[in-house]
Amino acid sequence: MTDLTIFLLSLLVGFEVISKVPATLHTPLMSAANAIHGIVLVGAMFIAVTADNLLGYALAFVAAVFAAMNVVGGYVVTNRMLAMFRTRAKVGDRR
Amino acid sequence: MNTLDIVIRLVYLAAATCFVLGLHLMNSPVTARRGNILSAAGMAAAVAATLVLLVDSGTVSGTGWIVLGSGAAIGTVAGWYFARTVAMTAMPQLVSLFNAVGGGAAALVAVHDFVRLTGAHAQVPTRIAVATVLDVIIGSITFSGSLIASGKLQGIVTSRPVVFPGARVVNAVLASVTIGGAAFVATGADSVVLLAVVAAAALASGVAIVMPIGGADMPVVISLLNAFTGTAVAMAGFVIGNTVLVIAGALVGASGGILTKLMADAMNRSVVNILMGGFGTGDSVSAVAGPGGQVRAVSADDAAIQLAYASKVVIVPGYGLAAAQAQHEVRELADLLEERGVEVTYAIHPVAGRMPGHMNVLLAEANVPYAQLKEMDEANQEFGRADVALVIGANDVINPAARRPGNPVSGMPILDVDHARSVIVIKRSMGHGYAGIDNELYTDPKTGMFFADARKGLAELAAAIKVLVGG
Repeated sequence: MTDLTIFLLSLLVGFEVISKVPATLHTPLMSAANAIHGIVLVGAMFIAVTADNLLGYALAFVAAVFAAMNVVGGYVVTNRMLAMFRTRAKVGDRR
Repeated sequence: MNTLDIVIRLVYLAAATCFVLGLHLMNSPVTARRGNILSAAGMAAAVAATLVLLVDSGTVSGTGWIVLGSGAAIGTVAGWYFARTVAMTAMPQLVSLFNAVGGGAAALVAVHDFVRLTGAHAQVPTRIAVATVLDVIIGSITFSGSLIASGKLQGIVTSRPVVFPGARVVNAVLASVTIGGAAFVATGADSVVLLAVVAAAALASGVAIVMPIGGADMPVVISLLNAFTGTAVAMAGFVIGNTVLVIAGALVGASGGILTKLMADAMNRSVVNILMGGFGTGDSVSAVAGPGGQVRAVSADDAAIQLAYASKVVIVPGYGLAAAQAQHEVRELADLLEERGVEVTYAIHPVAGRMPGHMNVLLAEANVPYAQLKEMDEANQEFGRADVALVIGANDVINPAARRPGNPVSGMPILDVDHARSVIVIKRSMGHGYAGIDNELYTDPKTGMFFADARKGLAELAAAIKVLVGG
């Protein structure tokens, strides 16, 4: 029950936080949200604890590869996108 | 609960807070980067805390550590490499790829838990079984669907809607196998084979859902699947009883949902219509009769002079610019004009490019100052003062027909390009946009059509300005 409550409240927070973001930032935002669900890496770590046979290890391994790729790639690519939002003054003396 | 448990839970709480604050900071381009770093810091803390917990519990076998360590290392290197090397124009498909593996990981977490519980001949509690089937179904659909979406944008899979006879029957069978199998598992049929059948049917469903959808709708689909992954991760949180997964998953589920709605609205499409694959394949589009006027083609020299002697130019970049990767050429042209004292701004339609905000990212890559990028409402106030509106590879988002009812673009918010004193359109041909209808702007007497590829056309314009007016 507690988890369900937390789930619902988090959904509401998500709606509220997101609906204010301007359209310009939607692609970076999608990428940022994509990185956040990389938290599934924590889940992949927990299943490595209980793995004790070949199938278990195989599942844990693939889950770890997938989740790590999601979280690392997600943050790096978002950061790369956002690094481009800067004023020309900061870029240097281009003009 | 011992001290370590409390500390771990506090760290998870802090991580969740970082995610919420991180998303909140995405409200403004100025703070967005800080937001992402904050969110990444929360992530690092959550992972580190989990690591401490695992080490302290001492329950992970040597093989378990090797499996986890090597898996995480491979994923990290692959993710890092792709993220660093991908071209800016290929960003959407990369996000889709990362989304796919995230969904896959979420499904595998539940599968593993289910296999372990049934292997121990334990009765799987109903609430766990329900979360498991939801996680496996959503995660599998996301995995295969996102891979297809990514493939369509990359051109590996055809971007045309793929519809074959009997598709509805196949979809119905897949859906009933998925739902029927899920119902059995959820109500206590603790069979790994049955769960595998459900997973296989869900994987096939993901392919079947995305294949009939055209490439232009992919951004909306990717955004929807992103929300799906969030939900799947939250379900994985229910399965393993981990709060931070529930919170982060729900956050992404909600954000992805909102974003999907916003994208679909800006394209004047409903999410249901996109999933039904009804647009762009219909026959009703030919019903719109344009005024059928003459098209006036202009040369690079004519267009260059018109631009060089304007006092205000509004550039309208569209899909054609993104496809031709002409963001650097457009900035060079804008710089030339600015050196001559022309005021240059960019009018960005919410769905210009391939995704909302994609155009901003592309132009930012070419060092276009953020202050020159005007969003639709602001830009529409500027067209009235503009001498020239330079449209580069945009079509439906500037079609005045949207103001009239009764055609496929009716009601879509558009840029009021026709309010400018004159219009130059760089376009490869008179071909239709995604909506498949004529654009009466092209036959407007004040419009000059410069038929060229966006990249080559812009380079020719810049060269002509240098030669003719000694830029």
